[in-house]
Amino acid sequence: MGRKLLTEHINVEGIDTFEVYRKHGGYRSVEKALKTMTPDEVVEEVKKSGLRGRGGAGFPTGMKWSFLAKPEGVPRYLVCNADESEPGTFKDRQLMSKLPHLLIEGMITSSYALGAKTSYIYIRGELLYVLRILEKAIAEAYAAGFLGKNILGSGYDLDLHVHPGGGAYICGEETALLESLEGKRGNPRNKPPFPAVQGLYARPTVVNNVESIAAVPVIVNDGGDEYAKIGVGRSTGTKLISACGHLNKPGIYEIELGVPVEEFIYSDEYCGGIWKGRDLKAVVAGGSSVPILPKELILKTAAGEPRLMTYESLSDGGFVTGTMLGSGGFIAMDETTCIVRNTWNFSRFYHHESCGQCSPCREGTGWLEKVLHRLEFGHGHMQDIDLLVSVAKQIEGNTICPLGEAAAWPVAAAVRHFRDEFEWHVTNPQEATRPGAVFPGKAVLA
Amino acid sequence: MESTTAPTKLAFSAAARAEIARLLTHYPEDRKKSALLPILHIAQAEFGGWVSPEVQDLVAEVLDIKPIEVYEVSTFYTMFNLKPVGKHVLEICRTGPCMLRGSDELTQHLERITGAKVGGGPSEDGLFTLKEVECLAACGFAPIVQVREKYYEQLDTPENVEAMLNELRNMIHRPLLPWEQTGLKHSQQ
Repeated sequence: MGRKLLTEHINVEGIDTFEVYRKHGGYRSVEKALKTMTPDEVVEEVKKSGLRGRGGAGFPTGMKWSFLAKPEGVPRYLVCNADESEPGTFKDRQLMSKLPHLLIEGMITSSYALGAKTSYIYIRGELLYVLRILEKAIAEAYAAGFLGKNILGSGYDLDLHVHPGGGAYICGEETALLESLEGKRGNPRNKPPFPAVQGLYARPTVVNNVESIAAVPVIVNDGGDEYAKIGVGRSTGTKLISACGHLNKPGIYEIELGVPVEEFIYSDEYCGGIWKGRDLKAVVAGGSSVPILPKELILKTAAGEPRLMTYESLSDGGFVTGTMLGSGGFIAMDETTCIVRNTWNFSRFYHHESCGQCSPCREGTGWLEKVLHRLEFGHGHMQDIDLLVSVAKQIEGNTICPLGEAAAWPVAAAVRHFRDEFEWHVTNPQEATRPGAVFPGKAVLA
Repeated sequence: MESTTAPTKLAFSAAARAEIARLLTHYPEDRKKSALLPILHIAQAEFGGWVSPEVQDLVAEVLDIKPIEVYEVSTFYTMFNLKPVGKHVLEICRTGPCMLRGSDELTQHLERITGAKVGGGPSEDGLFTLKEVECLAACGFAPIVQVREKYYEQLDTPENVEAMLNELRNMIHRPLLPWEQTGLKHSQQ
């Protein structure tokens, strides 16, 4: 059994209340940081921990914090990105609804490190019930003197608020999130200036994912060095993996980074294998935007090494034979899955969620959906397959924010590894579009 | 003949006004527009599950911003309903993992049972509106429907679907407004 740093107490009765959470060691990091550490020392511990952003990009959190501009007399903000909307990813919802105080504790300790006097948790509008849970927990933290004026007599003041979005995937992008928090459409901003310099209300701002912030109390309590001992190489600590799709035991698993993918899928400790006794066909390992890999390439790298659940191992081979850990949204597909249909479904999602600001994304996602639709429904032509690749290439790198790439990568990877299946839809439209039809061939191993 | 009574002007209830006043304290004095999305959620819950142009104008008035600033936001975010809805809006997730676990079949099943069409108006009895949404972040418990503030998960059997619909049909009173302290159960997970 791997160590559980974040979710150790997740099933304790009443852990969502201040009293029970406190009894289980909650808020120790706030006491330790505010009473015995300077803000810079907290930042230093986070740097030492090697923690990488758990929202998908994997950027080192301590480094991100150290970029924050700190002019005197100017407010700065910490904003928690709780707008988890990446299909396949559902860890933050669970973390917040079951362990609201863990996130609040992390927000207080992190805000102290960054010198923020007001912080926000931007939560997706779909999760209004989680917003109520958080608001109740925040009220408890205020009542106990962990929020508000002069916290624990340290002279440090902090106000923490929860802010609901309105249902837009794009608001998971940090600058779109800030626009939304300012009461506007979630159109991503041009960068630079980066939020660390001009973020919320044009003030210096750090935006971090829920899971990243929830890891901060552990790092402050145990020390960054201890945290860094867990994991493999630059993939330190634990990671919440939300496993879904055709698995026997879908759900949320906290793993020590470094668990072999094969063990994660097949062992009883984790997903318990593929449902209905079927064979695995493909996996999207880090949320819908990362490249899909066929069974052979997700279990082993192109060099034949076992693939591990780490940032590095999953990306081994680049986008030719590798993928990304991303947000940890692990989607498994059994042998009966139609890859064309699945790719079309993802494209429909990205087309729907494009904010429409950049032409390559606004138009390109529409084209991807349209071409995939005609392939899936038996009206495709052979040249459509290369057209998909061409459109994906024209979106990539030509947009303000990464939604363009998020839309392009899954399509390019699906064609790369499953071209035969796309061709089969063109050459055998009647058979391929029959309900329940299963492609008789194999994936192309790049 | 001309009506002699002026049309009643829309107004938030006292409870909603109190909640709005609380929300406004969350943002800097000169950044009140930040409260727009939270207030739209309140408005939608208070005025029958959708935000008519009149409701949006009222929100603009409360925030002292131009109506267009509300319209451009309400039309961007999918959670705000711009047309009248049934008593219960069933938000069916249709994205990747949900599709893998049967959301297409669930959608068809719900259309058959309720008589409402996805993307269309309310069912004839006024009870249900069916709406497709993109990813409810509950992929491991798919397929999923959200109704107001409750997640109904693992709707992969007719029994589970029926249990959900029965629970909704039997809600005699209107669903509680968010700030009225929840009588609704939270997600099963």
